Amino acid sequence: MSTIAPPRPPAAPVPSAPRRATGLLLRWWRRLTAMRTAIVLLFLLALAAVPGSLLPQRSLSQNNVRQYFTDHPTLAPWLDRLFLFDVFSSPWFAAVYLLLFVSLIGCVLPRGLEHFRAMRAAPPPAPRNLLRLPDSGTLSTQLTGPEALDVVEEELRVRRFRVVRREGELSAEKGYLKETGNLLFHLSLIALLLGLAGGKLWGYEGSILVTEGQGFCNSFQQYDTHSSGPLVDSGDLSPLCVDLEDFRAEYEENLTAASFTADIAYGAPGEEGRTTTIGVNEPLRLDGDRVYTTGHGFSPTFTVTRPDGTALEDVSVPFLPVDQATMASEGALKVPDLGGDGEDQLAVRGFFAPTGLIQGGILTSVDPRPLAPQVAIQAFQGYLGLDSGIPQSVYSLDSRQIDRGSLTEVGAANLSVGESMTLPDGTTIAFTGYRQFAAFQFSHDPGQVWVLASSIAMLTGLLGMLLLRRERVFARAVAGARDGGTVLTLASLTRGSGESAPRFAALTDDLGAALGTRAPEPEDHPRDT
Amino acid sequence: MTPDQLASLSDNLFSISIALYSLAMVAFCAQLAFGRRTTRTRELVGAGGPPAASPEATTGAGEDGRGRRWGVIALGLTALGALAHGAVLITRGLATDRLPWGNMYEFSTATVLVAVVAYLVFAVRTPGLRHIGLFVLAPVVLAMVLIGLFLYAEAGPLVAALRSYWLAIHVSTAIIGFGIFFVSGIASVLYLVRVRYEERVAAGEEPGGLLSRLPGAAVLDRVAHRTAVFGFPIWTFTVIAGAIWAEAAWGRFWGWDPKETWAFIAWVVYAAYLHARTTAGWRGRPAAWVNVVGLGVMIFNLTFVNMVSTGLHSYAGVS
Repeated sequence: MSTIAPPRPPAAPVPSAPRRATGLLLRWWRRLTAMRTAIVLLFLLALAAVPGSLLPQRSLSQNNVRQYFTDHPTLAPWLDRLFLFDVFSSPWFAAVYLLLFVSLIGCVLPRGLEHFRAMRAAPPPAPRNLLRLPDSGTLSTQLTGPEALDVVEEELRVRRFRVVRREGELSAEKGYLKETGNLLFHLSLIALLLGLAGGKLWGYEGSILVTEGQGFCNSFQQYDTHSSGPLVDSGDLSPLCVDLEDFRAEYEENLTAASFTADIAYGAPGEEGRTTTIGVNEPLRLDGDRVYTTGHGFSPTFTVTRPDGTALEDVSVPFLPVDQATMASEGALKVPDLGGDGEDQLAVRGFFAPTGLIQGGILTSVDPRPLAPQVAIQAFQGYLGLDSGIPQSVYSLDSRQIDRGSLTEVGAANLSVGESMTLPDGTTIAFTGYRQFAAFQFSHDPGQVWVLASSIAMLTGLLGMLLLRRERVFARAVAGARDGGTVLTLASLTRGSGESAPRFAALTDDLGAALGTRAPEPEDHPRDT
Repeated sequence: MTPDQLASLSDNLFSISIALYSLAMVAFCAQLAFGRRTTRTRELVGAGGPPAASPEATTGAGEDGRGRRWGVIALGLTALGALAHGAVLITRGLATDRLPWGNMYEFSTATVLVAVVAYLVFAVRTPGLRHIGLFVLAPVVLAMVLIGLFLYAEAGPLVAALRSYWLAIHVSTAIIGFGIFFVSGIASVLYLVRVRYEERVAAGEEPGGLLSRLPGAAVLDRVAHRTAVFGFPIWTFTVIAGAIWAEAAWGRFWGWDPKETWAFIAWVVYAAYLHARTTAGWRGRPAAWVNVVGLGVMIFNLTFVNMVSTGLHSYAGVS
């Protein structure tokens, strides 16, 4: 809330250019930090967040954005130019919240100074006409003026008011914590933003699929995908390696997923690891780092044997689930260097069903639990292009290679565990079983603790600001007209929740009673306008 | 009782509570129709209200016997409905052996219960507010029917991600916050309607009808503000608790998931409302409109985001 600007002095005839510029800046600053602007900016912020939830966002799913580009080929590039697929990191979103925060700072800092001064200063003198205040009334007493004010002062001090006596009158105030809460709330918002920014600058995260019996170490080269803030030094990541020993998925009778747990061993590279179990809602927390299991799936194992007897035994490759309900999964096995020359590489494209059901020659999965695992595989031979320098996915075959003819299909079969197929050249591919894999995510966010601390401070401030009351009470003693007693005029000003009238009435009653016990002949006429 | 019996008992109680609320609605109509009150006009002195003097509906004291009786019957039926409504959730919880807010059916049912209880608390503490019963119960019955028709989900176990003590913390406060904002939003809608009515009265017209039976605009405005003030820290806590849970469950405390985005939008809109209400030029109608927008955002967040958007909060269980 802006304080009301003091009335401007009449403009000087022709102010100099710099002064004009300063005046203009000052005017803009006042406008920016005015509460009305803040409300408009709040609205803009809410509005700006809307497209981020209605359009696919790159930060959430690259795939959905790609899909949107395919579905709307003319519209999508235009939306992209407006950053509508990266709303929350877009310059215009940043502009709105930075303006809001500048407005907030410009509003809160002066208020903070004002509050600091007010806390040290005495409560202000009583207004001239107390009966004009929203809550006011009079009490008569036989006590003298100073004695009556003594009683009022004592009663108010018991109620934890700060009281100042002036000539024939009294000012009291309490509830400074309300404004303190207000300032704490707004300053915590700034701290929260800084914590968020810190996390973005120095934080990183990486994800990787790990099959049982294997592991990974915390380095960007190993991760399938990773993202890091601009100030992260990739040579300076926390030294940690994690091995997946066992993964378990449990299901209820109706096949609702009940729990996913991974037994892991972790420790610095080359160190004897400590073991623990992590799972959904229970990550591994180390100093500043966390390791999560974010998904799971199956890695079928194959043994490929050449006619000359050279064999690749029990190679397992993660197949990515395409349906979480049945864990039907798809994947690929690439064998570039088993016997043969460059044009005789082997690749397998497969579909894995933990509980397979074959209908009309088509394999489907009917249960997420591995009760009767089966694979449907297609074998290809040709040139895989792994040494061509063009990056390719390890989880799928590039269908363009098949279309182009650099890979030719040489066989297809549905296999249960233990079965195998033989290719025309005599190579056999055996489906030997499966292991489970877990998707791990390694996260490092140094700002997170600060964000949490700021949020708690913010909530504390909010509660203080909304629940506390700021109250001023004034009293003035005037000699009574008729019988030499004193007439006390009381008034109060309240800022904050609830209705003030009943509380003021109660205070007046209490004061009347307190005056009555001191005075010889109590005679009070409380009046509540 | 077996879990299946409890589950079907819960479903029956759902229908019973709709029936009771509908009867309560009829009784509120009867109260409005038969109860003729002499309206006393007095100047309102209050810090919160709009500056204009407004005729304030007095308490039920000026009401004739018949209207009073209907009012008591209506409140009693509402309370009975709320009991049955609470029993819906309790039996569901017993049938599934978990907190009864694991899917959208249960979440919305609980939210509506909070709104009804919030209204009952107001009605008991401030008799003058009893008259808005019809305007609370009509959306309540509508919401319950829609929930029963479109959101119903069989009683069942929770998915793994929801098996956390944060369900009790985050989702409960979300339900309470939403229920309270619901009452606040309705109070602001009624305020907007009533302000127009009072302006027409001030202009010398005699619009009459149901609107004359509403509490005064200042009272409605105060109810809207006080409920929003109560709801805002609860909503703030809901968002913070959600972020803490997300950090444990999804690997980050904030990721602009559609639900998170709309929770943030709602928070910003309610912040704007609380600011607007103390800012010159925004007090009164504009502020009330902001509150109505806030309610719209909350409803959008519950319905559209759950059922149309795909995000991590996909626990609706609506097929």
